[in-house]
Amino acid sequence: MSPVNYLYLAALLFAIGSTGVLIRRNAIVVFMCIELMLNACNLALVTFSRMHGNLDGQIIAFFTMVVAAAEVVVGLAIIVSLFRSRHSASVDDASLMKL
Amino acid sequence: MSASAVHSLWTTAAPIEKIDAPTIEYAQLLPTLIVIGAAVVGIGVEAFVGRKARYYVQMFVTVVALVAAFAAVIGLAAGGHASTEAQIVAMGAIAVDGPALFLQGTILLTGLVAVFTFAERRLDPQAHGNQVDSFTAQAASVPGSDGEKAAIKAGFTTTEVFPLALFAIGGMLVFPAANDLLTLFIALEVFSLPLYLLCALARRKRLMSQESAVKYFLLGAFSSAFLLFGIALVYGYAGTVSYAGIADVVDGTVQNIDPALADTMGNDALLLVGGAMLLMGLLFKVGAVPFHMWTPDVYQGAPTPVTGFMAAATKVAAFGALLRLLYVVLPGLRWDWRPVMWGVAIVTMLLGAIVAITQTDIKRLLAYSSIAHAGFILAGVIAATPDGISSVLFYLGAYSFVTVGAFAVVTLVRDAGGEATHLSKWAGLGRRSPLVAAVFAVFLLAFAGIPLTSGFSGKFAVFKAAAEGGAGALVVIGVISSAIAAFFYIRVIVLMFFSEPKPEGPTVAVPSPLTMTAIGVGVAVTLVLGVAPQYFLDLAGQAGVFVR
Repeated sequence: MSPVNYLYLAALLFAIGSTGVLIRRNAIVVFMCIELMLNACNLALVTFSRMHGNLDGQIIAFFTMVVAAAEVVVGLAIIVSLFRSRHSASVDDASLMKL
Repeated sequence: MSASAVHSLWTTAAPIEKIDAPTIEYAQLLPTLIVIGAAVVGIGVEAFVGRKARYYVQMFVTVVALVAAFAAVIGLAAGGHASTEAQIVAMGAIAVDGPALFLQGTILLTGLVAVFTFAERRLDPQAHGNQVDSFTAQAASVPGSDGEKAAIKAGFTTTEVFPLALFAIGGMLVFPAANDLLTLFIALEVFSLPLYLLCALARRKRLMSQESAVKYFLLGAFSSAFLLFGIALVYGYAGTVSYAGIADVVDGTVQNIDPALADTMGNDALLLVGGAMLLMGLLFKVGAVPFHMWTPDVYQGAPTPVTGFMAAATKVAAFGALLRLLYVVLPGLRWDWRPVMWGVAIVTMLLGAIVAITQTDIKRLLAYSSIAHAGFILAGVIAATPDGISSVLFYLGAYSFVTVGAFAVVTLVRDAGGEATHLSKWAGLGRRSPLVAAVFAVFLLAFAGIPLTSGFSGKFAVFKAAAEGGAGALVVIGVISSAIAAFFYIRVIVLMFFSEPKPEGPTVAVPSPLTMTAIGVGVAVTLVLGVAPQYFLDLAGQAGVFVR
């Protein structure tokens, strides 16, 4: 199978993820959609790596996984603290600063 | 390359080839290594030093590290690494050249001044006999809960802010020096993640602070995902992530194309979409329209010292990375990115200036003003000339100190609920405490770009570069939006000096020497760069050459 198909899949996953970020209201779900986008990036990187026959893309994919893990730590800490003080993780409820 | 040949890349049965250990030029990386090392030491301090002593130890470690790192930057610049000895180090990952060292020096000094405002402990009234700073007693406790009250009573403080700030500064030092896309992405995350946390740590108005952190985090992670997909596409286009390698493919000057790559390399759709996504990620960080939506909320909700730090240092680092990307990687694509950046600069300048007029909160007002300033700096970026680089460097240096100083003044004006940020409460401040109001007026005049302040020299430099770079129309729009922006800066000055103070208005707290130093440095830099900018313009001019 042509590796280009994996690029289409990556683009599709990325689009699903970014659509999810824009339309979902729960901060945790939004965050999961961002993780989906990062994984779509990983798939694209690995595919390009295969197509170019060099390993840069695979190395970047490893770095991305580490970054995603670090982001989960920070992100969940922030979202959980918000949930504990508001009893809601909805991004629409958090609107104290609207003009 | 056939599938089996590719496969053999990772399933070799042949005798194992010797892998050369990478060479790292530690001396050239010293500024970054010092800051990151001190941040790690700071974590150790959090774990092993007693609660009472932590604040002093952390403060000491942070200040010593920042001063030492700045000395290292000066040493590198004096050793010619900013000009003749400029080189690419760490196996092509980091560039040590004029712009990188100039921006690193700026970030370190701004960071040092900002850390002084982090450490301020005299503004809030004492809680249970303990001096408190702007940060929450215990970030994990629910606002208003018994746990929070117990933490305040026990005199807890969040001294983690110092190592977090150091990690952020460490990432910012790498960001404008990154010489491949992977380093760019990692540096972005290394400075963003601590900033998300710092935003959530305010002592007062904690709900707003947490809300700003969530917004900043979700949007920041969203934009960095775009940046990463852009990296993937550009890598797919060029087959490499090193800046020079990509630039060669863009220019079509690659010497020896691997025949296996000929199919995939040089697909312009990948380059254009990937380049646009990279720009998106960076423009988010500089807060340019249409990626500015986070700026007002985050600036308003974050603890004010953090806002000052973030507004100044993030902008410096992000513009440094943007300059390097556009001038080193994509100069061959100039005719494609210049029209886009024209549009972005115009809407950024106008929208920042116009929306700021309607603001009633001083922190939001400064946030929109920072958006407008991002537009002015973009005008210099668009010039695509050596003058463009040096004028942007100068503007960033001038702007960052004014910003830290202005937000430091905001921390001083307080009422019972903490900082009094609503503009109506600032009425008559000039009669009540003329000195503070006068200092703030100096900063506002610098933001407005009135002559004899650093803002004027900076704006003059970027607009001159833009005009000479063939962007005359942009300069006209820039001057118009400067005039619009001047209106609301002057309005605040009029409000402070020419209206009657309200009977139960805010008081102006007397700060410790820490905040006084921060404000003093801000005023001094503003006036020196305004009255005698030539030396610094020359410095920026000499620094304005990228290594490739």
